[in-house]
Amino acid sequence: MTTETANTTLKPETMQAITALTKRFPQPDGALLTALRIAEREVGFINPHVCEQVAEAIGMAPAKVWGVVSFYSTFRRDTDGKYIVYVCSTLPCALRGSERVFDHLAGKLGIKNGQTTPDGKFTLRKAECLGSCGTAPCLQVNQDEYYEGLSLQMVDEIIEDLGNDKCPARHHTV
Amino acid sequence: MANFEPILSKYFNTPESWTLKQYRSRGGHYGYATAKKAITEFEPKALVEEVKKSNLRGRGGAGFPAGVKWSFLPENGKPRYLAVNADESEPGTFKDREIMAKDPHNLLESIICACWAIQSHHAYVFIRGEFTREAKRLQAAIDECYAEGILGKDVLGLGKNFELDVTVITGAGAYICGEETGLLSAAEGRRAYPKIKPPFPAVEGYFRYPTIINNVETIQCVMHIIAHGADWFRGIGPESGPGPKLFCVSGHVQKPGLYEVALGTTLREIIDMAGGPIGNIKGVIPGGSSMPIMTPDQLDTPADFDSIRAAGSFLGSAGMIVFNDETCIVNALLNLARFYHHESCGQCTPCREGLGWLEKLCHRIEFGHGKEGDVDLMDEVSVMIKGRTICFLADSLIMPVQSYIAKFREEFEYHITQKRCMTDTEAGKFKAIEDMAVTA
Ligand SMILES: Cc1cc2nc3c(=O)[nH]c(=O)nc-3n(C[C@H](O)[C@H](O)[C@H](O)COP(=O)(O)O)c2cc1C
Ligand code: SF4
Repeated sequence: MTTETANTTLKPETMQAITALTKRFPQPDGALLTALRIAEREVGFINPHVCEQVAEAIGMAPAKVWGVVSFYSTFRRDTDGKYIVYVCSTLPCALRGSERVFDHLAGKLGIKNGQTTPDGKFTLRKAECLGSCGTAPCLQVNQDEYYEGLSLQMVDEIIEDLGNDKCPARHHTV
Repeated sequence: MANFEPILSKYFNTPESWTLKQYRSRGGHYGYATAKKAITEFEPKALVEEVKKSNLRGRGGAGFPAGVKWSFLPENGKPRYLAVNADESEPGTFKDREIMAKDPHNLLESIICACWAIQSHHAYVFIRGEFTREAKRLQAAIDECYAEGILGKDVLGLGKNFELDVTVITGAGAYICGEETGLLSAAEGRRAYPKIKPPFPAVEGYFRYPTIINNVETIQCVMHIIAHGADWFRGIGPESGPGPKLFCVSGHVQKPGLYEVALGTTLREIIDMAGGPIGNIKGVIPGGSSMPIMTPDQLDTPADFDSIRAAGSFLGSAGMIVFNDETCIVNALLNLARFYHHESCGQCTPCREGLGWLEKLCHRIEFGHGKEGDVDLMDEVSVMIKGRTICFLADSLIMPVQSYIAKFREEFEYHITQKRCMTDTEAGKFKAIEDMAVTA
């Protein structure tokens, strides 16, 4: 998923959906965070071109949109791997061994915090509290599934499944 | 207290509890019967009075009486908004996500009641971006409500000229979105910069319109208060801050998780419900990581707003983090210092720079480079930061710093003089934290 190959142009219906979304707010700018999420889902990441289009659909200055994107920590960038593995590292998880989970992953993937594997498949990140303290240690893949109450064996299985582009079986289901 | 019947979490384990079908099948005051009752039997002002009378206090952190907050709304004819705080990012807290995932209709019914009371026609639920599952569940429930005429132009088809929309806004990974004015900034499509108060949001909030901000759990209590009455609610736990409460128990306990009890249940009883401690308890943080730590001699303190406060801490968000005696206090504080420094929005110098100094100090003490006088230096830096910032994020680190030093000073000094840890934790344990922390 690199910039050269990815199409970063939003579909016309997405642009329209974002413009329609602005009506739900006292002022159009209120739609920004939600719109960015929609665009991110479609394109796979946020880059300046995506920002420009979102800005246009809402009626904001592109620079302002980029300023917002850079403030938050979980918008995907085009340099991120296919699967961003966020390992919670804040105190409640740390008390239950999250550093072992992280070290295990770093060793297994051969990368450090913030790095991406050479094949572009995995990015490893320490995350701040994911709100899963009762099921610590935990990790989240992209902004989707949580994997909680982890053992190192579960971590191995998750990585193996993701490596084969399979949705890992073991996750917190309700 | 052991025979307390869950109220807020009663249906969490029921299959399909998040669907409208299941919600309706419960009968009684569920299935939007309470929203109907609120709108048809109560004048909005009377509803505010009822909530005031219930002494419902905010579950988001500050414990402010909800009804009193609602009564601050000015009568100026401007549109009003309800912002439901579902950012849930205080370390140790994981209750709101369960409410949204497992009982979204109960939350929506409460939102309708609250909006009728404050005469708001649009509620925004701000959910942290990581909670994708929760946001989907809530959105699905909202969609069901629109399809069934529960939300929209004429709420519940009651012909009361009451229009209500509910919109979900998702965050993108910033703790500061949980601070109420930071939340408003984020929901306005800006960086989540907290704003100087006054003006308070009730007077000038979302896009400068009067806005009430409440935590998810606070709002969820509202429908139960209306269904059973303020007196019933006041009868659960201490009158000054009553009600059912979801406690999030994490750290060194046998069965970490969510436990619903009446406020006023002791810390020890809650820890026992969580299967008891793993090892011997060294300290308990009663209300999320920003709250002062309590020691084993204080475990019989009733967990309610006023009792915890009298014991020198705060109930906060009821995120109970238990430390056993193998926990290195310096290491724990370093972890928190890193967290709060990382999450500083950067607007105020004492917070942006000062929390970094504290992190560096913790770091050097933890890794054996501490100098004599460093503990006093930490204390001095804390005093210089406290109360000198726009929002309480900075104080959220100052409280642990000051309380850990006050209660475990010898551990800090031991690190400085002996260049090692007083507890017997494996040396390797600190490595991972080290490469995450800033190097001094
Ligand atoms: C740094 C900081 C973070 C906060 N995070 C949250 C949060 O994640 N969720 C929440 O409900 N309240 C949070 N609060 C408290 C809110 O500012 C606000 O008091 C609360 O949402 C009001 O709702 P309540 O009165 O119903 O508790 C935070 C406060 C501060 C200072
Ligand atoms: S105290 Fe910190 S987080 Fe709060 S407004 Fe100031 S810099 Fe931002």
